[in-house]
Amino acid sequence: MKRFSASGFRIVFLAVYFVLMVFPLYWIVITSLKPQKEIFTYPIRYWPDHLTWQNYANIIKISKFQIYIGNSLLVSLTAALIVSAIAVLSAYVLARHHFRGHGQIMLGFFLTQMLPGFVSLGPLYMMMTKMDLINTRLSLILMYTVGLIPFSTILLKGFFERIPKSLEEAAMIDGCSRLSALIRVILPVMLNGITATFIFAFVQNWNELFMAVMFIDNESLKTLPVAMNSFVMKFDIDWGSMSAGTVLFVIPTVVLFAVAQRFIVDGLTQGAVKG
Amino acid sequence: MSKQQPSLSGRRMGFRNSPRRFIALSLLPAVALVLAFTYYPFARGIVMAFQNYQLFDLTNVHFIGFANFKGIFSDPKFKSAIGNTAYWVFISLILQFTIGLTVALLLNKRFRGRGIFQGFVFYPWALSGFLIGLIWKWMFNSQIGVINDFLLRIGVIGDRIGFLSDPRWAKFSVITANVWYGIAFFAIMLLAALQSVPSELYEAGSMDGAGAARKLFNITLPYIMPTVLTTTLLRAIWIFNDPAIIYGLTNGGPAGETHILSSLMLDRIMYGGDYGAASAIGIVMIGILLLYTIFYLTVTRAGKLGDF
Repeated sequence: MKRFSASGFRIVFLAVYFVLMVFPLYWIVITSLKPQKEIFTYPIRYWPDHLTWQNYANIIKISKFQIYIGNSLLVSLTAALIVSAIAVLSAYVLARHHFRGHGQIMLGFFLTQMLPGFVSLGPLYMMMTKMDLINTRLSLILMYTVGLIPFSTILLKGFFERIPKSLEEAAMIDGCSRLSALIRVILPVMLNGITATFIFAFVQNWNELFMAVMFIDNESLKTLPVAMNSFVMKFDIDWGSMSAGTVLFVIPTVVLFAVAQRFIVDGLTQGAVKG
Repeated sequence: MSKQQPSLSGRRMGFRNSPRRFIALSLLPAVALVLAFTYYPFARGIVMAFQNYQLFDLTNVHFIGFANFKGIFSDPKFKSAIGNTAYWVFISLILQFTIGLTVALLLNKRFRGRGIFQGFVFYPWALSGFLIGLIWKWMFNSQIGVINDFLLRIGVIGDRIGFLSDPRWAKFSVITANVWYGIAFFAIMLLAALQSVPSELYEAGSMDGAGAARKLFNITLPYIMPTVLTTTLLRAIWIFNDPAIIYGLTNGGPAGETHILSSLMLDRIMYGGDYGAASAIGIVMIGILLLYTIFYLTVTRAGKLGDF
C-alpha cells in the first residue's frame, strides 16, 4: 500500500510537471496556427477549428522576418565559432599549467558571472560609438564573443581536466609542438566538450536582446530579438503574428537543446558535482 | 629531414616550444578581450555613478559627487524596487529549488522514456527570458488569456483577473514565469549530483533499517549539500541580476510596481539615457551582492561549496 502511494505520487507529480512545462510552448504554437479571428473569439478553443499558415506568411511577407533570422544566424554562429576557438586555447592552458596569475585570471573570469553586467551597458554604447561600430553586426559579434569567453573557458577547462596529460606528452615526445599536440591529439578527444560549448554559446547569442537593442536600430541589421522587441512595441495586440515570430525564434534553440542536452548537461554539471 | 642540425635552430625550436610563450600567447586573446570589453566598461560605469552623465546631454558631463545616489534614494520607484527585489529573489529561489529538487529526486530512479521526458521538460532553460516574458504575457492576458479562461472553466474564479494590470497580481505573475523558467536549472544540477551518490551508502542505510525519509535526510541531502550550496548561491545572484523576464512580461508595470533593481537600471539606460543614475543603482546592487555573498559564505562555511 505504501509503495503504491509513493509511486502514485511520483507519477502524478511528474505528469503535472510535464503538462505545466510543455503547455506554454504548445499554446504559443497553437496560437500561431489560428486564423486571426479565432484568436479573439470566446470561448477560447484549445484546439483550433482551422489551422492556417497565415500568421507565418504575414511575418515573412510584411515584417521580413527572414532578414532578422539571417542576421541572427550570422552573428550567433560567427561569435560562437570565435569564442570556442579562443576558449579552447585559454581553457587548455589554465587546465594544464600553473603559473603566476593563474588564480587571478580564474577569479577574474568567475567574477564576470556574478557582477551586474548592465553597469557596463552605457559605457559600452559610448565605446561602440567611438569605434564607429554602432549599427554594425560586428559590434554584436565582438560583444557576444567577449561576453562568453569567461563561461566557455570555465566550461572547457573542466573537460580538459578529465583528459589524461600523458596523451599530449606522448605526442610531444613524438615531435609535435604544443599547439599541434593540442590540435591533433587533444581536440579530437574533446569533441563533446567543444560541441557543448559551441551550442551553449550559440543559444546565448541567439537569445541576447539588450546589447542588440542598444547597438542596432537599422531595420536591415536587426537580429531576431531586436525585431521581436520592436514588434511588441508596434503591434502589441497582434498576437497571431507575435506567436508566429516567437515560434520561429524558439525552434532552433529548443531543437538544438533537445539534441545536445546530454553533452551540455554533462559539461555543465561536471564541476558542480565534483566538489 | 631527420634532425634539426645546428644549435641555433635547436634553440629557436626550444624557444618557440617553451611553455611560457605558449601560455602567454594562448591566454592573450581571452584576457585582453575580457579586460578591454568587460572590465574596462565596468570600471567606467562605476565612475559614471559619480558623474552627471546623460546620453542626451553629453556636452555637460562632470563629477557631481553623490548626487546620483541622492536622486535614486529619493525616487519611490527605487524604494519599491528594493523590496520587490528581495521578494522576487527569495520567493523565486525557494520555489525553483523545492520543485527542482523534487523533480530531481523523482527522476533519479530509472524508467523507460526518462531521456525523452527530460528533453521535453528541461527546454525552458534554452529560451530567452524576454521571450518567456512574452509567452506568459499572452497566457496571462486578462481578456483572452488562457489562464483566466481555464480558471473560469473549472470555477476557481468568478471574474477575470488582471494578472498584469493589478499590482498585487502582477508580482505573483512575474514570479510564476520566473519559477517556470528556473526549475530546470536546479533539476538538472541536482539530478547530476544525486546520480553521483554511491549506492553502497544506501545499501548500508538499508542494513541499518533506515526508511526512505531517513535515507533522504541522513544520506542523500548531506551528500549533495556542496551542489545545493553552490547552485543556490549562483542562482540567487543570477535571479537578482537578470531583468529579461520582467522586461518581456510587464516591463516594470503597472506603474513601476514590478520593477526590481536590475530592470529599473535597464529602464534608466534604455529609456532615460541617464547613465549616471543607472550606474548608481548598479553600485547599490554590487553592494548588496557583496553583503549577500559574504553572509552566505559565512553561514554555510565556504569549505562545503563545490568548485563550479
